[in-house]
Amino acid sequence: MSALLKVQNLSHVYGERKALSNVSFQVEEAKMVGFLGPNGGGKTTLFRILSTFLTPNGGGEITVGGWDCLKESNEVRKLLGVVFQHPSLDKKLTVKENLIHQGHLYGLWGENLTQRIEEVLGAVKLKDREHELVEKLSGGLQRRVEIAKGLLHHPQILLLDEPTTGLDPAARIDIWAYLKQLKEEKGVTCLVTTHLIEEAERCDVVGILDQGKLIAFDTPNHLKKEIGGEVIILKSTQCDILKASLEKEFQVTVLRMDQELRIEKENASEFLMKVMKSFPELIDAATLSKPSLENVFVHKTGHTFLEENR
Amino acid sequence: MTFLLPLYTLWLREIVRFIRQKNRVFGALGQPLIFWLLFGTSFSASFKMGNMGYLEYFFPGVLTMIVLFTAIFSSFSIIEDRKEGFLQAVLVSPTPRLSLVLGKILGGATIATLQALLFLLLAPLLHIPLTFWTFVWSLKCLFLIALSLTAFGFCLAWRMDSIQGFHAMMMLVLLPLWFLSGAFFPSSGLPWILKGVMAINPLTYGLAAVRHLLYLGNPGVSDMPSLGLSLIVIVLWGAIATGVSLVVVKKH
Repeated sequence: MSALLKVQNLSHVYGERKALSNVSFQVEEAKMVGFLGPNGGGKTTLFRILSTFLTPNGGGEITVGGWDCLKESNEVRKLLGVVFQHPSLDKKLTVKENLIHQGHLYGLWGENLTQRIEEVLGAVKLKDREHELVEKLSGGLQRRVEIAKGLLHHPQILLLDEPTTGLDPAARIDIWAYLKQLKEEKGVTCLVTTHLIEEAERCDVVGILDQGKLIAFDTPNHLKKEIGGEVIILKSTQCDILKASLEKEFQVTVLRMDQELRIEKENASEFLMKVMKSFPELIDAATLSKPSLENVFVHKTGHTFLEENR
Repeated sequence: MTFLLPLYTLWLREIVRFIRQKNRVFGALGQPLIFWLLFGTSFSASFKMGNMGYLEYFFPGVLTMIVLFTAIFSSFSIIEDRKEGFLQAVLVSPTPRLSLVLGKILGGATIATLQALLFLLLAPLLHIPLTFWTFVWSLKCLFLIALSLTAFGFCLAWRMDSIQGFHAMMMLVLLPLWFLSGAFFPSSGLPWILKGVMAINPLTYGLAAVRHLLYLGNPGVSDMPSLGLSLIVIVLWGAIATGVSLVVVKKH
């Protein structure tokens, strides 16, 4: 089966800064794809290029459903539903008016459009609010209208840029549940950018973007398996001494980050016991955990996720 | 359908938004009215032109001012649309770019013409002999001027990211355009350099056309371009501004 979305060697620069360099990946139908990365990692640039909002200036090819995204952008636009991070609703209009305008922009009208609006409003559970002005709705509800707007013309791919930013946890869970349902029932492929590890964990495929490079693109499970074993984190006030001693005594790779040491190891629990016995006075706290996507990020980049977010 | 439907919807949105923002209605109508009354009454003592009083001379000027102000306000809305994010959704939709440009311009021009219409109804108070046909033709002409001005505002506003920036542009370009159009004072007796500026100012022709049509060929003001020339200049100006708008939008 040919891929629904294909990106090859995509690059983009802002002045001197490389926002994306040589990004390539493929997405198949009915997948939930998450792009994880720190702010400034290139997620939003990628999103803006895929949505046809921005034309890449560093070369590369993108095809959506067989259409060339750069040369046949109008055909591509019909297949895409776009949910921006920054709201795109007209706040002076009602929910329904916004959707009517959106439908018209995509060539839907009349009875068809009315029916479709009913459907999407039902899907995001906003039927009873259709006559309210958008500015009167809460942030979570506005986001749901955005999603309804993106879905109106039956897109094959829904692009969402940090769709849960600024939402409370309940609204966040709602939106993810809805995206999952959309994928499973309607076969809509969702591409979501996020800077939250736990959101990326819910995706079928995760792409990790760091400093403009796509450093990983695989299922969360495969990515975690690459780490091999579990992750041990040691807290210490004498990190340097501890690091040197560990490396000398056990011949392991130790990664130092701030006041923490990080070791990836198979049979980590046994190893941890040995370490605790050998250097009890140097260790303040120790944790052992199964690898998370955050560990994958650290494993691939050599720096912490949070550090970059600051 | 793929061309007209988005055009219609963007036009309609302009109108609905305008009606819902009451302060805009007052701003665009109230300010010219105050201008007209203040300047009109204070200058009338020192103004002499046949048997025409200054309030009357100034009247077509205020009509074009209403159109100008509304055109400026609708150019603000492009910057607002960009800031509020509405524009990004239009730009990633398959809407033809010409539909976007024409929808915005026609929307702004419609609002401008409706406001000018209200003001035009005051003409009989000044003993301007308004007949059904002078009314209709003046209105059509004002609509043409509104289209050209809105298109002009559109291509100025498209690349701007702040209303403040556009404000500076307005003070620097749009208002002088109006001051030197013959709205405020006739060109006779002006230094040659100002006369030159007036001759290349497209709004001069817009105003001349309004004067011609209001009085049906007997405007009582000499030193003005002919009706035919005026209409040609307005149409050309509007066409060029629309073309430039389309080009800048395609570059976006």
